[in-house]
Amino acid sequence: MDMNRRQAVIKMALLMGATVVGPRLLAAEFGSGRGSSARFGTDDIALLDELGDTIIPDTDVPGAKAAGIGEFIAMMVNDCLTPSEQAGFADGLAGFSKDYRKRFGESFVAGKPAERLAFLNELNRRNQHRPRQARRGRRGEEPAVSGREIPNSTYFFRTLKELTILGYFTSEIGCTQALRFVEVPGRYDGNADYRPGEHNWFTEVR
Amino acid sequence: MAGIAIIFHFSSSPLSNHIMASNSTRSFDAIVIGSGISGGWAAKELTGKGLKVLLLERGRNIEHIKDYVNALRPPWKTPHRGRNTVAAKAAHPVLRRAYVLNEGNPDYWVDETESPYVEKKPFDWFRGYQVGGRSLMWGRQSYRWSDLDFEANSRQGIAIDWPIRYSEIAPWYDHAERFAGISGTKEGLPQLPDGQFLPGMELNVVEKDVAARIKKHFNDSRRLIIARVANITEPHEGRVNCQYRNKCWLGCPFGAYFSTQSSTLPAAVKTGNLTLRPFSIVTRLLYDRDRKRAGGVEVLDAETNATYEFKAKIVFVCASTLNSAWVLMNSATDVWPGGLGSSSGELGHNIMDHHFRAGASGRVEGFTDKIVYGRRPTGFYIPRFRNLTDEGRGYLRGFGYQGGASRQSWTREIAELEVGAPLKEALREPGEWHIGMSAFGEILPYHDNRITLDHARKDKWGLPVLAMDCKIRDNEMKMRADMMNDAAEMLEAAGVKDVRKNDSGYTFGEGIHEMGSARMGHDPKTSVLNSHNQVWDAKNVFVTDGSCMVSTSCVNPSLTYMALTARAAAFAVDELKRGNL
Repeated sequence: MDMNRRQAVIKMALLMGATVVGPRLLAAEFGSGRGSSARFGTDDIALLDELGDTIIPDTDVPGAKAAGIGEFIAMMVNDCLTPSEQAGFADGLAGFSKDYRKRFGESFVAGKPAERLAFLNELNRRNQHRPRQARRGRRGEEPAVSGREIPNSTYFFRTLKELTILGYFTSEIGCTQALRFVEVPGRYDGNADYRPGEHNWFTEVR
Repeated sequence: MAGIAIIFHFSSSPLSNHIMASNSTRSFDAIVIGSGISGGWAAKELTGKGLKVLLLERGRNIEHIKDYVNALRPPWKTPHRGRNTVAAKAAHPVLRRAYVLNEGNPDYWVDETESPYVEKKPFDWFRGYQVGGRSLMWGRQSYRWSDLDFEANSRQGIAIDWPIRYSEIAPWYDHAERFAGISGTKEGLPQLPDGQFLPGMELNVVEKDVAARIKKHFNDSRRLIIARVANITEPHEGRVNCQYRNKCWLGCPFGAYFSTQSSTLPAAVKTGNLTLRPFSIVTRLLYDRDRKRAGGVEVLDAETNATYEFKAKIVFVCASTLNSAWVLMNSATDVWPGGLGSSSGELGHNIMDHHFRAGASGRVEGFTDKIVYGRRPTGFYIPRFRNLTDEGRGYLRGFGYQGGASRQSWTREIAELEVGAPLKEALREPGEWHIGMSAFGEILPYHDNRITLDHARKDKWGLPVLAMDCKIRDNEMKMRADMMNDAAEMLEAAGVKDVRKNDSGYTFGEGIHEMGSARMGHDPKTSVLNSHNQVWDAKNVFVTDGSCMVSTSCVNPSLTYMALTARAAAFAVDELKRGNL
């Protein structure tokens, strides 16, 4: 029996290339746990909404904020990250806010759209995802401490970007407006025509 | 969405009156232990031949369609979008090791805290304790064995000979395929015999191109074909054909893939001869040493802890490979300390699986004016091409590949793109085509790969648990090099760019193709079962799931369990009529 393994196998094979959003969330290479779980207040949610909306803004279809990205990121961090990962994310978020205020003299939430975008793109260039490698050893275990710990600022940004993309493109807006979504395709065409500019079909099924 | 309901698979089961309501009836013609692929087939075949059958399932009932609670849930209603929470991982220390732990169908998997096991060596055991067992979540790949497989042990002096050959099982493959509904293409390959197929699903445009290039480059000695799967491509046996949603493992509201619920159970219910009893853990077979027969089974009610005895003329043990061995090990211990079938010294031994997670992937240039519509619930298959004529690769047996090609989705990295509108708009469009494949390889039957009962560790019901002591050896490790390199060679020959090899490691059991533990054979001194799956030491007991396997081939095994089960059921009924049981 192999259940959904074919899908998993293909995914595994294809994910050898660079991806932002993997089947597992980005696991940090933290050496030790510190702090307790992150607590997100309304200010934090508002900040995460603005961060998400800067990464995926309103265009002809609504962006990440409209899809509720702040609440989504907070939930995912609280439910799916380990305490040390949560602490890393929270620390990175706090550092980000501080850095932004230092540079522009105001909070990110109150900031000017062009400055917010420029600042996030600086971080984007600095904190690129590396190609995801196949994992060695026991699956499902936390990654071994590698000695190549990533700084909290990097972990924060990568997690923010991954969760924004995941949350947006699996939201109702993302599935049905940003992409094309058909719950029951009813048929398969492996040779359908595609013209540049057409939006992709939603295919990530879990 | 409302319109969908009218075309759902209409179940023929009249409500649930086949479920045992009281324990007043204690005697049946036949008892079937386990309701997965093998047990469902046993129940269908035996009831179809007029026997009154009690089908015992250790877990809860899952009703077709009604209990597929997440089958129609859109992505945005899945809170963590399929990702596992820290709490879910903590509650599933084994399931979390692989993709099987998933927000979509956690209820289909065993509760590990209730049912632990011991890993003397690392062993992944992914179980489905419910009506339908793993037939609800299986990968549905359905291939015939050939004499290349049945003759290999004998020819190579490995373990013992299979007591049957392809010609004996071929009619039963026909029977199983016709009822289950297997889609696929006829290829005329001796190592992968053709069957009674519904029309095959389509390879996509890139897969077709790669298939043609591989065929040409290797002079047709290697072939990329559409996978043969138990997904129906036409209406079949009252079931609706596949709607290309690719959500099979949540349970299909259309009944478009073979499962106990969609296929064998309604057929058995329709005869009026079936009684199904969920929450029934069979603790032992009741062995009558004078008659050398099992008189029935002892059942522990998983909800009440009460025990019951049920009698029958024949018993089919289809509890899944390792649990079928568990039942035998716990039976007739007053006669044989090692349990029923242990007189051979082979019960619990020769545990096998398929090793996998080695292959290659790459990027395909072009085809940017093409896209796929629909979510095909399977991929391609490359049948075994190594060691077909004992050409000598430094290892025995072979492997086959499963894979697929697709355009990249919004999950891809676009490193050069700025976040903001450029990233958003780029991710709304499909990316480049990529193709990947991973091999499934044969594991030889090693006597030392075994499971035992650990009486020191108990499950929730106070029953001893299994201890696993299995590992792969040199033959498999050597094979893995070819599994990886051959994949890369084929992709490169097909013009695929940036080809990357991978070997992501394998843990025993991870293939979820557990086999062995009660092998068939010619001789009661070296095997647990005879050529009709009868226990040598109790001829009215039949073991027809993966336990009976003598070797593994490299193809997915479930279709062979279906065929062997149907064959054994016909034999059992004939023997009953002859008065031999």
